[in-house]
Amino acid sequence: MQKDKWLFEISPRNNLFDLNLKEVWQYRDLLFLFVKRDVITLYKQTILGPLWYLIQPLFTSVIFTLVFNNIAGIKTGEIPPFLFNLAGVTIWNYFKECLTATSDTFKKNEAIFGKVYFPRVIMPMSIVVSNLLKFLIQIFIFLFFYIYFVLKGFSIAPNVYVLFLPVLVILMGMIGLGLGMIISSMVTKYRDLTFLVSFGVQLLMYLSAVMYPLELMRKKLVNVEEGTDYSWIVDINPIAHLIEFGRYILLNDGSYSNYGIIYTIIFTVFIFFIGLLIFNKTEKSFIDTI
Amino acid sequence: MKGDIILKVENLSKQYRLGTVGTGTISHDINRFFAKIRGKEDPYLKIGDSNDRSSKGTSQYVWALNDINFEVKKGEVLGIIGKNGAGKSTLLKILSKVTSPSTGSIKSRGRIASLLEVGTGFHPEMTGKENIFLNGAILGMTKKEIESKFEEIVSFSGCQRYIDTPVKRYSSGMKVRLAFAVAAHLEPDILVVDEVLAVGDAEFQKKAIGKMQDISSGEGRTVLFVSHDMAAIRSLCNRVIILSDGRVQTEGKTDFIISEYIKQSFSLTKNVFENSKFIANVQIYVDENRKEAVSTLFIGGKFIIEIEFKKNLPMKIDYCFVGIEDEEEKRVLSLGTHLDHNFSGVFSEGSKVTCIVDSMPLVQGRYKGLIAIGTDNPRENKEVIKDALLFDVINDDFFENGLNLTKSQGYIALKSKWEIL
Repeated sequence: MQKDKWLFEISPRNNLFDLNLKEVWQYRDLLFLFVKRDVITLYKQTILGPLWYLIQPLFTSVIFTLVFNNIAGIKTGEIPPFLFNLAGVTIWNYFKECLTATSDTFKKNEAIFGKVYFPRVIMPMSIVVSNLLKFLIQIFIFLFFYIYFVLKGFSIAPNVYVLFLPVLVILMGMIGLGLGMIISSMVTKYRDLTFLVSFGVQLLMYLSAVMYPLELMRKKLVNVEEGTDYSWIVDINPIAHLIEFGRYILLNDGSYSNYGIIYTIIFTVFIFFIGLLIFNKTEKSFIDTI
Repeated sequence: MKGDIILKVENLSKQYRLGTVGTGTISHDINRFFAKIRGKEDPYLKIGDSNDRSSKGTSQYVWALNDINFEVKKGEVLGIIGKNGAGKSTLLKILSKVTSPSTGSIKSRGRIASLLEVGTGFHPEMTGKENIFLNGAILGMTKKEIESKFEEIVSFSGCQRYIDTPVKRYSSGMKVRLAFAVAAHLEPDILVVDEVLAVGDAEFQKKAIGKMQDISSGEGRTVLFVSHDMAAIRSLCNRVIILSDGRVQTEGKTDFIISEYIKQSFSLTKNVFENSKFIANVQIYVDENRKEAVSTLFIGGKFIIEIEFKKNLPMKIDYCFVGIEDEEEKRVLSLGTHLDHNFSGVFSEGSKVTCIVDSMPLVQGRYKGLIAIGTDNPRENKEVIKDALLFDVINDDFFENGLNLTKSQGYIALKSKWEIL
């Protein structure tokens, strides 16, 4: 008879590559409901509500402009420094939010994960999607200032590659999600990492060409007199490439290298899958170690 | 088909590491990793004591579940009982895929949904309606399924009026009703239920039990039910398993197992009497003739407390007192030789004294007892032993209608007669 036909088996030996994507698809409604929950509840009982989405990048850009352009005197060419910084900050923010919000997935959802099973990866995915909505709002404010500066007579125009903006956003989300999943998996056992994330992200921002052109950064890191060359720091940082590419397509400014793009894509896909694997392995037993 | 085996648990074990996660963890992880790349077994899976909470073990690892085997047939309602720490929750967690076993496997022919807690994932800022959808999706329903059952869920919960109000404005009872309503409308092949029925008012408890009965008998679905409430187990389950120290102790028909369960003893911390100058041991029986020590008593049931004195008493003792306290050390009952007008006498060395109570008046819960002994005239305590007794009172359908009282409704269970004149 059908003696050995079981629908599924729960056992300790889990195949590392058993990602169960079919199951994730079955739970797609949950993903959207989590997104809805995040959107509905984030700014409940605040006065300014979603305006915070706008205030944060705008103020950051103003301060960056003061510090890096007015005080430190970094030149941004034809592009108004404020718009230059706003572009960088907007793209950077999406990555940062995805990373920091997903990196404590297990810890934050311990209560719910401990009581009921659903594919855990739904949770970080929903965070990335709800941050996408936030990113869209911020892109609109960027557009608003873009048009403002065009009307003021600045000669700025996007590049044809602006069509690749969605690809850029997906890469940013993937790399944030990938790193976030790796960190959240390790945080279940070693809490030390939580401290690392909050200030590590801040440090990473300075190395990611958010408020200065990539070329300038690369140039300044090479010191011919002393024979030192730290430009590899920029070259190995995929985020720097992504932000520079973002500015290149939005403002038609700066450099863009095939090497950088290909490297970044490979890096992103790699990190994303490593993250998925580690996360998948952790979700089966984290509740015992957290 | 009814009668087919739908769930099979084979050699299931689960190991936990005791103590805190700290610097020791990383060295164990590294050892484990090296064992793994050399193709050897996990070195820490071999060691480990059984999970006896009260005795101090030698190993840092314990087996919360140890070689569990059982089968569940389709349409069956299986009860799982056992004292605290017996492994019930661990078993449920593995069944519901919250954690994975260390060894062994569970094979299933149906979709499992678990109800380890009602209202998981309820967000206080969202309305009842939004929470029904979110909670339903968390439990594994699709949006379409929830939409088709939405009306039913709302009317079962009885919260129609509040459905567009944020859940934070709900009373706690309403939250539970709403959450249970969602869960009750899940349609899995196997439903795993932890003690969710312990919440809510009596009317709702009855409704919930009724719904569970419908699920199993009416719709032919399989239910695994964990509870301390013997009345609920009795009214729902066909078959019961007793877990003890992570093993299946016995399994069988409900009535037989429940009566076995209540006879069971569990050891008190032995050293309570070590430092005592007077008392050697204290035990509770329910049966005068069999004199089997128990730790679970029934509401309305007879019980006997037996106190055994040590071989050499340093002074004359003719007064004995047992104070029963709740978990917060609030005295709920006093039993003493001075309260029995027939009693007189002196306790001799090595003798035993019993205190017989015909009907346990306390409601369901855990209680402990202190023993005081001394002289009657003048009445003076020579020794007080705290935590000399520990027992659970459970409800074996005292009111004969499936209802139960908890400590929050008063400590005394008393039958009353109501008549219309």
